Amino acid sequence: MSATIPQDIKTPSQMQTQNQTPTAAELETFRQEVRLWMTVNRPADPGFLLPESFMEVGNDAQFEFLRQWQRKVYEAGYLGMSWPAPYGGGGKPQAYQDIVNAEMTNLKTPFVPNTIGLNWAGPLILAIGTEAEKQRYIRGILSADDIWCQGFSEPDQGSDLANTQTRALREGDHYLINGSKIWTSLGTYAKYMILLARTNPKEPRYAGLSYFLVPMHTPGIDTQPIKKLTGEFGFTQTFFRDAKIPASCLMGKEGEGWKIAMLTLTFERAVTGGQAGGIARMSQSVDDIVSLAKNSRRDGRPALEDPMIRDQMIRFIIEDQGDRLCQSRSEIPALCAERPSALGLSAKLRRSEHLRRLYQFSLSLQGANAPRWMGDSEAVEGGKWQRAYLNSFSSTIGGGTSQIQANIVGERVLGLPKD
Amino acid sequence: MNGLSTLMTFSDEQAMLLEVASQFCRDKSPMSAVRAQLASEAGFNQALWHEMVSLGWSGIAVPEQFGGSGLSLAEVATIAEPMGRHLMATPFVSTQLFIQGILAGGSEAQKVAVLGKICDGAMGSVAVFERDGDWNHFEIDARALMTNGQTVSLSGAKTLVCDAGVAEFLLVSVCLAEEPALVILPTAEISGARRSREVIIDETRRSYRIDLDGLIVPVSSLITGRNAADALNAIRDAGLLLTSAEAAGGIAGALDVIVGYLNLRTTFGRKIGSYQSLKHTSAEILIGLERSRSHLYHAASLLAIGHDAEIALRMAKVESSDSFAFAGDRGVQFHGGFGFTYECDAQLYLRRALWLQYSFGDATHHRRRLADRLLTNPG
Repeated sequence: MSATIPQDIKTPSQMQTQNQTPTAAELETFRQEVRLWMTVNRPADPGFLLPESFMEVGNDAQFEFLRQWQRKVYEAGYLGMSWPAPYGGGGKPQAYQDIVNAEMTNLKTPFVPNTIGLNWAGPLILAIGTEAEKQRYIRGILSADDIWCQGFSEPDQGSDLANTQTRALREGDHYLINGSKIWTSLGTYAKYMILLARTNPKEPRYAGLSYFLVPMHTPGIDTQPIKKLTGEFGFTQTFFRDAKIPASCLMGKEGEGWKIAMLTLTFERAVTGGQAGGIARMSQSVDDIVSLAKNSRRDGRPALEDPMIRDQMIRFIIEDQGDRLCQSRSEIPALCAERPSALGLSAKLRRSEHLRRLYQFSLSLQGANAPRWMGDSEAVEGGKWQRAYLNSFSSTIGGGTSQIQANIVGERVLGLPKD
Repeated sequence: MNGLSTLMTFSDEQAMLLEVASQFCRDKSPMSAVRAQLASEAGFNQALWHEMVSLGWSGIAVPEQFGGSGLSLAEVATIAEPMGRHLMATPFVSTQLFIQGILAGGSEAQKVAVLGKICDGAMGSVAVFERDGDWNHFEIDARALMTNGQTVSLSGAKTLVCDAGVAEFLLVSVCLAEEPALVILPTAEISGARRSREVIIDETRRSYRIDLDGLIVPVSSLITGRNAADALNAIRDAGLLLTSAEAAGGIAGALDVIVGYLNLRTTFGRKIGSYQSLKHTSAEILIGLERSRSHLYHAASLLAIGHDAEIALRMAKVESSDSFAFAGDRGVQFHGGFGFTYECDAQLYLRRALWLQYSFGDATHHRRRLADRLLTNPG
């Protein structure tokens, strides 16, 4: 498959090819090919619990396992398929990558871990980066040779990104960075960070911020792993003490940091497209909960036969289906005309809260075994549901807590007054 | 759940229809007009009905050969949603249920006999509920007995028959020789004494009890066997779709009332909409609205192409009617003391929501049916 990735610079006629819509038959053939490849090449069970997402990578074994998998998927030509060929992408229509993503989800393959590179930094650099930045960064993002992390959140800022305090001081041909960032996923493994820092402390909030692509091996940058509520590692706090980075690390101009950060977040939320593809999470859904209920017992019978449990389960299925249908409806403008932002701005709140409650419910299905934890030989499915519940708070808290999200929906969608 | 369809289609014609119907309902059904009908006998404005008929809405889902526009229930739902939003009460939904029953189970001659009149403005309704309050349309106590080869004699009573005071035709479910059957009953042939008005929680609606004892009807008015089962299922499907559409519209209407008040009313020196307990609940209502509309138009899309829509319809009903009841309930609460008064519009939405919540099966009823369809027991 790697032979299908054109390595040469695209000619205008090849650009034309990229824009041609593939036929349904071509896509179906491709789907079969991907399904076969994934089935044959997916890695064997490593014998330890894999993390649920890049945010939960907690040790070297997990990291190396996932990095190898990403490399393999990329080398087969199944990652960055719609990114431009000259920088390492596949130069193909997005429809191909969509098929790969769907098959990875259906087959429950491991996820590809370089999420910040694939879904945030990569699309950003392709959209507004210089030619040199594209040449330098894109291929390493896809191959997982260069892991990326994100430096937006700070310890004292909560969900208020505009209150960024980390300083970047221009001194000749470099910047001196001081401050600290928190919730840096893959911080210990990352080669680069996208960093939001304050270049002008006199400007209020948004205006004084700038955006940098920072090499993490710079002296003065230290990462400190954070132990999560699960007892695992998975985030770091990153400290900057007079870290000296070349002025060329600045993206755009000074003062454009907020604008670029917001653009980055539109890639994260897949509002604009442009992501490299692959899947970013372990696939767990309401269907897995049904299996769980088949395998646990109530009064000598499968829990799935208990009328109360069935009722509860149908509530989750209706809610899940409602959100899948919201996705379908979001593609029909006439059915979103009155409040065009409602589906987008409520998506994180809807999904993250649904999953948190679903995992909470999954514990109740395990009866007396519900309090077992990872590492216990009798824990149901290795304790992954217990871990999933505790880790689900990363989505209801990270990226703006559900409470902030509800404010956003109330104020920006419904037009209610601010506090 | 993997394996469940996520199909959604919405044609340019539907988009236009939604726009026209939204504008129409907004203009013709302001709160003053809704309130003006609360105590009236018919419960709606006849002139308004004639306008709707002349727009072709009455017969929109009737095939062209019977005088209609040949469109589907998807278009009917597109009209019913804004009607629900503005609490516009007309016999539109009742008439559509009648049409769907006739289309699914009626003979060619029966269709010819009634559908043309319906497209010209005659109203219809269905009589499928009884005193025991059972939502299962196949549990029927009313009886039909063959008297000779030409007529049948009816007994029992039907309840919660909407718009029976104005409908020209009723489609009445009865039990004939231990099998469900339906009778097409022209109301001109039954005396006024057989129709008694019921007092119901939603004052925008008109509901009647129909007494069948001793009524003699011709055999030609019967729908029996497989046709009767098809008709009853079609009435149920249309009932689920259109109550869901009215409920989805109702959530949007209730939300307008809530947001309007939250941006107006001040307590302790602040607009009450700035309090998070109210703001967050409003966001929750919006999410209920968004999910309801998604379920609704998915179910409509399946029905329009003749696919099995049972799962989608039940889900739509569960989501929309419970979300609407929640919106109505919080709507009253958020208006404080004013919310406790008859004058506050929140009560109109709450009372409408309670009507819809228990029409054609509540959430528990449908979750039970969905569990039977979706949660297969292990071997």
